[in-house]
Amino acid sequence: MLEINGLKTEVVTEQGNVTLIDDINLNLAAGEVMGLVGESGSGKSVTGLSIMGLLDKPVQVTGGQILFKGRDLRKLSQKELRSIRGNRIAMIFQDPMSTLNPVLRIDTQMMEAVRTHESVSKQAAWERARDALGMVGIPSPEERLSAYPHQFSGGMRQRVAIAIALLMSPDLIIADEPTTALDVTIQAQILSIVQKLAREKGMALIWVTHDLSVVAGLAEKLSVMYAGRIVEQGSTADLLRRPLHPYTNGLIASLPAHNERGSRLKQISGTTPSVANMPKGCAFRPRCSSATEICFDPPALEAVEGRLLRCFHPVMEGAPS
Amino acid sequence: MTLWIIQRLLQAILVALAMALIVFVGLHLIGSPIETLLPPEATHDDRLRLIADLGLDRPLYEQFFLFLKGLLQGNLGVSYVYKEPAVELILSRLPATLELAFAAVLLSLIVGVPLGLAAGWKPDSLFARIIMIGSIFGFSLPIFWIAILLIMIFSVQLGWLPSSGRGATEIIFGIPWSFVTLDGLRHMLLPAVSLSLFNISMVTRLTEAGVREAMSSEYVRFARAKGLSPRRILSVHVLKNVMIPVVTVVGLDIGQTIAFSVVTETIFAWPGVGKIIIDSIAALDRPVIVAYLMLVVIMFVIINLVVDVTYRLLDPRIRLQGE
Repeated sequence: MLEINGLKTEVVTEQGNVTLIDDINLNLAAGEVMGLVGESGSGKSVTGLSIMGLLDKPVQVTGGQILFKGRDLRKLSQKELRSIRGNRIAMIFQDPMSTLNPVLRIDTQMMEAVRTHESVSKQAAWERARDALGMVGIPSPEERLSAYPHQFSGGMRQRVAIAIALLMSPDLIIADEPTTALDVTIQAQILSIVQKLAREKGMALIWVTHDLSVVAGLAEKLSVMYAGRIVEQGSTADLLRRPLHPYTNGLIASLPAHNERGSRLKQISGTTPSVANMPKGCAFRPRCSSATEICFDPPALEAVEGRLLRCFHPVMEGAPS
Repeated sequence: MTLWIIQRLLQAILVALAMALIVFVGLHLIGSPIETLLPPEATHDDRLRLIADLGLDRPLYEQFFLFLKGLLQGNLGVSYVYKEPAVELILSRLPATLELAFAAVLLSLIVGVPLGLAAGWKPDSLFARIIMIGSIFGFSLPIFWIAILLIMIFSVQLGWLPSSGRGATEIIFGIPWSFVTLDGLRHMLLPAVSLSLFNISMVTRLTEAGVREAMSSEYVRFARAKGLSPRRILSVHVLKNVMIPVVTVVGLDIGQTIAFSVVTETIFAWPGVGKIIIDSIAALDRPVIVAYLMLVVIMFVIINLVVDVTYRLLDPRIRLQGE
């Protein structure tokens, strides 16, 4: 249903372009859930926004294809794109405190989303909004509809945002770290709501996060991003059980649950390179313990053991994780 | 909301009382009006009689209470110069000034908000740059100069619009108004435009800044993600947020505009309070000055009340407190 080939997004300036993400390939069937994982600044959010066509100048998609149900979203006019946005592809953002307009009532913000895409009566739109609020577990949705965003807690606001995303029963939802700003308990609730609804409605889901443990139970597929590129992609179970890329390996090893009690927490040394100052060849090379001379050439994304991998030195079986 | 309005009204009355005291004390500081009022050949008896007539021989606190009593009855004495009740004198001239000031403020909203929206929507466009540079001129050119320029162009060169007076008026509720007749509107146009140029620039810049800030906000991004049209985003999501600071500043500015209208009224011979207050200050015509000051105070208090109420209608976050 969604097929992304060689997507490239850059900051376009007169002094030259700075690449944010490059060579992004994603494949998502209807109803499939994919986790898009990476550190801050790895380009996960930019990928999501690129698909939606929501980038602000000077950031622009400069290459590749975004095929959604066979149509290249990059070739659509603004008007055609708007008819897909919020309708067939919906997006949920990270900070629920700022995504809802503070001066408009919830019903206004929900009904306009319905009425933009479908000519239905106000009453019908209102009913659909009410049902959506009920679906995400907001108690007494009739009353809450006439409330303002500041009358909701953070978790409740994120539920409202999810309800808005669900209004048109989209084919795909892009969730950009929707639980990062929430308490752990609320996080779990939101996760289970989205998981349940995605399954019931057969919606595909791209879950952008920096938290591996969040996607572990949610996604069937995992794409790990580093410095604007996908470094490893495959089934979640495979990747978690046996990561091949040193970076994925490091990520998993850094999870506190994998450490022995009392021992020092593992970490990946160094920091993500800045987009303006990318290392030559493999971007992970300066932080990688198995890097050699060959890593000064950029590795390509290749099929290895039923997954895609961008590395010259995959982690060997039995290597310490 | 009702309780809140009552609270606000009580506050407003306190402010008015405090101002009454300040005005009263201030007037006593500028000196006795006796010398200006008495003819040179007046005798000592004449002098004492005048002092008694004006109540200036009584103790200060008594004078203040008399003043307050008069204030409540709408009687602040008779103008020394015009021999008319001061309040009536001011009230008869006030509508002309108010009419002009409100026309200017209305003009600044009607012109300034759309210009600001357009400039903020596409900040890099040539159109936006022209608007923003133009607004700097609106800010910095003095009103009297603009007024004279407007008269030169539209009255003298082109002969389209009259340059002085109120034109034909019509009586509504016992008060003559210019804005209801075509001739009155023609007369009002030039003074209103010159008075509003500063406000238009301010509203434009304020709106532009607000729009640019709102456009980069998360709620606009979310609104775009919902597939809303740019028109809907701008006219509902952005505009409602932007109007909050605009209303505050414009509200405060109504008072400023009335004060500025002194200059404009003089240039366009607009028969408002501006002219009369200047004359009265020169002649130390105390009752008229007091009546003017008190009316301005009351007007400011009312404007602030209206701004506060509008604020609450616009921003639900303020509305909630104390309800």
